[in-house]
Amino acid sequence: MSAHDTSAAHAPADGHDAHGAEPHGSLRGYMIGFVLSVILTAIPFWLVMTGALGSATATAFAIMGLAVVQIVVHMVYFLHMNFRTEGGWSMLALVFTLILVVIMLAGSMWVMYHLNTNMMPGAHDMRQML
Amino acid sequence: MSSAATPASDAPVFFELNEHPHPEGHSTSLGFWIYLMSDCLIFAVLFATFAVLSGSFAAGPGPRELFDLPLVALNTSMLLLSSITYGFAMLTMEKDRVAATQAWLAITALFGIAFLSIELYEFHHLIVEGATPQRSAFLSAFFVLVGTHGLHVTFGTIWLFTLMVQVKQRGLVAGNKRRLMCLSMFWHFLDVVWIGVFTFVYLMGVLR
Repeated sequence: MSAHDTSAAHAPADGHDAHGAEPHGSLRGYMIGFVLSVILTAIPFWLVMTGALGSATATAFAIMGLAVVQIVVHMVYFLHMNFRTEGGWSMLALVFTLILVVIMLAGSMWVMYHLNTNMMPGAHDMRQML
Repeated sequence: MSSAATPASDAPVFFELNEHPHPEGHSTSLGFWIYLMSDCLIFAVLFATFAVLSGSFAAGPGPRELFDLPLVALNTSMLLLSSITYGFAMLTMEKDRVAATQAWLAITALFGIAFLSIELYEFHHLIVEGATPQRSAFLSAFFVLVGTHGLHVTFGTIWLFTLMVQVKQRGLVAGNKRRLMCLSMFWHFLDVVWIGVFTFVYLMGVLR
């Protein structure tokens, strides 16, 4: 493959980047995303405000799950994420960021929870201090 | 592989002598996406801080006494509506309908301002009640996280007005379409962050 071929191969790719790789979605896509978002927002508010599930733990897990689903809905219908945009680099950047976020969030909470339970003076220690 | 660059030698060439064309703005959307991912890390750090400190009330008021869920629901709907109207602005932009694009952008800005007004009202209400950022670690983390998101929306709204002036002066030229596309990503990204805020700060706060 010559250098000329390389640049020729790049030209349509660049043209693709300028137009095809930035899908602006369709009216239908935006409406689906909007309706799903409204439903996925209304359910967690309803669950918490009415306490319909009874237990707080179950409600917490339910609203976390619904939040994850709604984030995916926003990513797909509003931000138009897919595996083809920018030749997959957008998705790669997103996956990398998500890995960092999960490590950071889980790590911080894990470490600080243990720090709190192990370092906090309990009632027994407090009495000894007096 | 290297025939055109060094036709005489068999040595491999690891660079291109002929620079291929870089049309203006061809890498903007990927670059802006990577910026948004770095912004996502900022919010992740603030969420982690809030998660760690969300139980440290220092004998002060907790989320159950402070948060007004119907108000938060109203705020959430403002941001969600602004997202869909921005989507409509992008759709009309693609059809090169300048007036309709400007109208949808103006409606988006109104929803953005409504969101900010409700948030400022909420902050004012909290501060009047004595729930200031310096009251407890929980409130410090709360004001930093929600305030950072609010600042993003503020700058997004300023950016939106700037682009409306640009579109008015120059029309929907390629540069303006690219800028509107970047703001579209920014705006929808802020809505994604808000999903985390209303779930983890407000709803989980009231649950605990």
